[in-house]
Amino acid sequence: MDALILLIPIALFLGLLGLAGFLWALRAGQYDDLDGAAARILFDDTPPRKAP
Amino acid sequence: MFKKFSHGPIERNVLLLGVLTLITVSLIEQALAAEPDILAARVSLTTRRLTLRWRGPAARGNELVAVLARLGFRVAPWSPACLRAADDAEGRALLRALGIAAFGSMNVMLVSVAVWAGGDMGDATRTLMHGLAMLIALPVVLAAGLPFYRSAWAALRAGRLNMDMAVSLGVLATTAMSVSETLRGGAFTWFDGATTLLALLLAGRVLNHGGRRRARQASAQLLALQQGSATRLNPDGSSQTLPLEAFLPGQRILVAAGEALHLDAVLEDATALLDTATITGESLPRPYTQGDTLPAGATNMGAPFVAQVSATLAEGSLAAMARLLEQAEQSRSRITTLADRAAAIYIPAAHAIAVATFLGWWLLGGETWQAALVPAVAALIITCPCGLAIAVPAVQVVAAGALFRQGVLLARPDALERLASADHVVLDKTGTLTQGRPTLLPGPHPEAALRQAAGLAAASRHPLARALHRACPDATLADGVREFPGQGLQAPGMRLGSAQFLGLDQQDDGMALWFTAPGHPPLCFRFTDALRADAPAAIAALQAQGLSLEILSGDAPPAVAAVAATLGLEHFTGGVTPQGKAARLQALAATGHHPLMIGDGSNDAAALAMAHVSACPAGSTELAQSAADILLTAEGLAPIPAAIATARRAQRIARQNIALSLAYNALAVPLAVAGLVTPLLAAAVMASSSLIVILNALRAGRPAWTR
Repeated sequence: MDALILLIPIALFLGLLGLAGFLWALRAGQYDDLDGAAARILFDDTPPRKAP
Repeated sequence: MFKKFSHGPIERNVLLLGVLTLITVSLIEQALAAEPDILAARVSLTTRRLTLRWRGPAARGNELVAVLARLGFRVAPWSPACLRAADDAEGRALLRALGIAAFGSMNVMLVSVAVWAGGDMGDATRTLMHGLAMLIALPVVLAAGLPFYRSAWAALRAGRLNMDMAVSLGVLATTAMSVSETLRGGAFTWFDGATTLLALLLAGRVLNHGGRRRARQASAQLLALQQGSATRLNPDGSSQTLPLEAFLPGQRILVAAGEALHLDAVLEDATALLDTATITGESLPRPYTQGDTLPAGATNMGAPFVAQVSATLAEGSLAAMARLLEQAEQSRSRITTLADRAAAIYIPAAHAIAVATFLGWWLLGGETWQAALVPAVAALIITCPCGLAIAVPAVQVVAAGALFRQGVLLARPDALERLASADHVVLDKTGTLTQGRPTLLPGPHPEAALRQAAGLAAASRHPLARALHRACPDATLADGVREFPGQGLQAPGMRLGSAQFLGLDQQDDGMALWFTAPGHPPLCFRFTDALRADAPAAIAALQAQGLSLEILSGDAPPAVAAVAATLGLEHFTGGVTPQGKAARLQALAATGHHPLMIGDGSNDAAALAMAHVSACPAGSTELAQSAADILLTAEGLAPIPAAIATARRAQRIARQNIALSLAYNALAVPLAVAGLVTPLLAAAVMASSSLIVILNALRAGRPAWTR
């Protein structure tokens, strides 16, 4: 019984962490171009970008 | 993210036209990155948007576009319509809701499974567990269910019924009853069912939305096609590049070699040579003389020419074509899908059962109204259209995936259903049945002469010259070649072109090139627009599937008759205008046929949009691609009969699925009405019916030989 008091909050916290990560990725536009994201891994490395 | 640069650098979005693939995207990005002042160039493959950021004057943008043009890419301004289509707020909202619902259902399960498994659990612990589940489920149901509540509310206000009504009512009633049970310390709560249902339905919704988004983008790109610029010649002799909307009838425009003419115009120069294949379906460029009307959408294959604009963009023939497309889209959206028809019968029935259960237990059974609510809500959950909502989308997703691997892309979500019911096929000729480009016929021409002629031909963009060069691709470009547009090519001592150009007294049907060089007599190269290699097999397969066929082409009747004879088709019509094609499709629909139109040119676009279902082969014009339901990405016509077979099979499985989930409900509903359903049983029924429906749907994607 005591274990539950500890384990359930931990499980919920980890779950919430995952949800927060997902919501952040969604807001940052990482789901906007799924076709492109799938393809980009095959690109050659682009030359290093000059500092703006 | 971009705020840091908000002062110096400039950011612009443009829409990339043409075929975008992995390789071209990487090519574009690298070519632009090589420019010294570019800070970032990134292509979004999904929306075809190129985002450019650079330091320096705004006018530099035109030079960057020129870099793209050298790579063979045209761009269009990023119009508000494109922005609306690409700014996928609805898709993001659905995805966010799915994330929340998935999180909620998994964590509620964590608690619920403990309650299900813990038969020896004390009452206090069980109530604590239920309280915990409520704490997780309440915000989740409120947040993740929003897309359904909104749609249900909108339907309710318009006085209609939809699936979302049933979903909203089921989820909200379940949650409300579970909250009351938790507070009363009851034995059962249903939070797990409510959140899992939301997650499952949202997953289906997200998949479906992807298909609809693609269709919306296609139409936005069609609008973007009309936006562009042209060069205006001012009365004082200066020239100016202006957006197409700015042109008025009577103004003079300069059309460069290789440039597309976007406006209807009348030729002012003596001659011009235009490729009208996409507008009329003719296989060869057509010469025009002074005073001729030039069609918008043609490409200049000859020398630069001056023409006078005859209609503004909004009144021109391209805009008329777009309006025709729009009308056709609207008339087609009235076709109701299988799922809609099922929902219209199912929802009232399900709700009537729930209400009858409540009234029966309350008034006849002598229960309190709280107790009577339990079996009523159980009936609502059992009848919640979970299996039904997944039954058809699952089949479509599986079948669309299988078709995609065969080189068939479904551009509209309901294309599969319409393809399954097609009973008549209307085929375009040039570019659809044929390859749409001339190929050299074998003949008695010596290898050396062919090589010499190909060396001359390498200098020209004329389709016949290019065909000749393709026949001997390693020929080196001859020195000092001059092109006489519409007539032929000349190099020291050698001439290649029409019989007239060479001064020969020969019959010439347009599909031949003559060649003279010192040392041997004039030589004739004959060409033909060859049939696609798999056309006869595809036609036979379509006939075997019980479809009737006809050819509808804009090309000259004799050429159409020849192709029809080769393929053994009895019904064909040549010399048909784009309006004529659309009218023929309309007539077919009026007589109760369900025509499948296959075409590749802009002249087919209206007919494609008007047809019951339409497809266009690989390499079609952008206008045709945005009008068609189905795009072939593999060469040839063979995927069409294969797609029809898959579609028919998918439709059969979708019907089976609907029947299966209805049968499931018919078994479970009496139990729910009798008050015998526990949350565990409800979850088991829901999950197993969804699972069976999904497993059955997987059969739709299996290749024929495993069936």
